[in-house]
Amino acid sequence: MTAPETQAPLLRVAALTKRFGGFTALDNVSVEIRPGERFGLIGPNGSGKTTLINCISGAFRTETGTVVFREEDITRLQPHVRTRRGIARSFQIPRPFKSMTVAENLLVALDFASVGGDFILAAQRRDTVMSILTQMGLASKADVSATRLSQVELRKMELARAMATHPKLLISDEAMAGLSSSEVDEVLDLLMSLASRDITIIMIEHIMQAVMRFSDRVMCLDAGRIIAIGTPSEVMANQRVQEAYLGT
Amino acid sequence: MKRNGIFFWIGATLFLAAALLMTQVIGNQYPFFACYVILQFIVLAVAWSILGGYAGYVNFGTSAFFGMGVYTAVFLLKAFDAPLAAQIAAAAAVGALMGFALGLLTLRMQGIFFSIATIAATIVIETSITNWRYVGGSAGIQLQRPMVTEPFNNYVQMLFFIQALLVVLAVAISRYIQNSWIGRGLQAIKDDELAAECTGVPTLRLKLLACVISGALMCAAGAPAAMYLQYADPSSAFNLNYSVSVLAMSLIGGTAHWAGPVVGAILLGATQQLLTVTISSEVNVLVLGVMLVLFVVAAPEGIIGLIRRVLRNRSEGKE
Ligand SMILES: Nc1ncnc2c1ncn2[C@@H]1O[C@H](COP(=O)(O)OP(=O)(O)OP(=O)(O)O)[C@@H](O)[C@H]1O
Ligand SMILES: [Mg+2]
Repeated sequence: MTAPETQAPLLRVAALTKRFGGFTALDNVSVEIRPGERFGLIGPNGSGKTTLINCISGAFRTETGTVVFREEDITRLQPHVRTRRGIARSFQIPRPFKSMTVAENLLVALDFASVGGDFILAAQRRDTVMSILTQMGLASKADVSATRLSQVELRKMELARAMATHPKLLISDEAMAGLSSSEVDEVLDLLMSLASRDITIIMIEHIMQAVMRFSDRVMCLDAGRIIAIGTPSEVMANQRVQEAYLGT
Repeated sequence: MKRNGIFFWIGATLFLAAALLMTQVIGNQYPFFACYVILQFIVLAVAWSILGGYAGYVNFGTSAFFGMGVYTAVFLLKAFDAPLAAQIAAAAAVGALMGFALGLLTLRMQGIFFSIATIAATIVIETSITNWRYVGGSAGIQLQRPMVTEPFNNYVQMLFFIQALLVVLAVAISRYIQNSWIGRGLQAIKDDELAAECTGVPTLRLKLLACVISGALMCAAGAPAAMYLQYADPSSAFNLNYSVSVLAMSLIGGTAHWAGPVVGAILLGATQQLLTVTISSEVNVLVLGVMLVLFVVAAPEGIIGLIRRVLRNRSEGKE
């Protein structure tokens, strides 16, 4: 590889603080994500993981701090603009478009998030949708209503819809919560297969084996603060992480 | 063009041809008076559904748009003696502007707050017109019909045909929206606004677009009413009855498909005409209310939803 080590980060979150009334959900969080990285985000319930994702994707406005994506300050951009810049996410509680089929859910992304969406021919769009669904193992469900999917299928559809926006950064918010262990493996393999030099992934997860297997680096939040960041084994060995998880 | 599209335009042409033929062969005025009202409601319901149905933003301000259409025509008549086509075009422009302004002010609110804001806007607009002497103030204003143009031999027949043209225009626009990326975006907004935004849908801009188109069509539908009645006054032009009827027609017909509001407007509009003639106009409101409750309980997706369910069951039965 000839790329210099000083390669610019894909995403830079700097001094981000988010308050809900008097409650501080994120307290001065700063982190850099490198291109192509598989980044695990852990932390106990209510530690601010989803809030951080909401600030990165634009669902929440932030009081202080900046979010820089591909060297552009996106702190003030609306969510749909960020999506078009290349940030896609899934939701912790799946939010499918319920009146649509699985394929139509993905078509929304093709119509609005990919460049020149209007000009792609109908047949080509169908091909694109089907190839993403095939990759996700959802091809047979293409024309099924989104309301008829099982939990694991819903999670996969959320990831598929995010992938249909052609993201550079994919954020998965607990895509494995509540799944059986074989389903967890399925989704984990899927995320591993999506990760590449062009697609960076932030994975939020409570299931430790999954995080350990997946991540190049792990960050642990507790009460809105970063308490540890490093390789998976470093973070697991960290005293404060263990305290946060095992309880005090 | 797809086969569907060809059928649609053949149907539209046949509809207009039939309307034109009616004006040439039927001498009696009453059918035109009655059908004009039904056509007007079709335009209003179809237009309403673009925002209220596709995007799920329930607008209680139909009467504000309709009334502004009426008064745009009144003003142009009084000030410039403008021809009917100019009145309608100007009303569409006013409606688009109004939709834009109302949308900017209110579409950031979700659900019930948007609906309440549209009612408030209606009251403000009606009050302003009531205090505008030039167009007659609260007492209203009498209007003189000009000479009718060929091939029509009666002004009401001409208005009837023009409203039929507006029906085709409104339905064509609504159908286009439903089948295009705009419709898919609005549907996504209706299903889940945050998920839509995070999937790349510019939700505010799309809602504004729907509000502008819907407003332009509703206002345009109101413009010919000035000449139809030869009279305009604020309390009837801005009558809340328009808002309620149009809402009921759209919901009863079903808002998931452009044909829903058409079916609803024909069904309810015809019922209302019949009741007004045979019993009284007060009974109208009662019938409207009862039908609305029945549908909300028994068929929340409207007539279109019922038909779809029957079709789906039948095709599943075959498998
Ligand atoms: N919209 C909101 N309004 C008020 N408080 C909020 C809001 N969203 C999150 N919070 C609070 O912020 C804190 C962090 O929540 P967040 O959802 O980010 O936690 P999390 O780390 O994702 O937890 P979990 O593992 O349960 O998903 C919680 O105390 C939560 O109650
Ligand atoms: Mg969470």
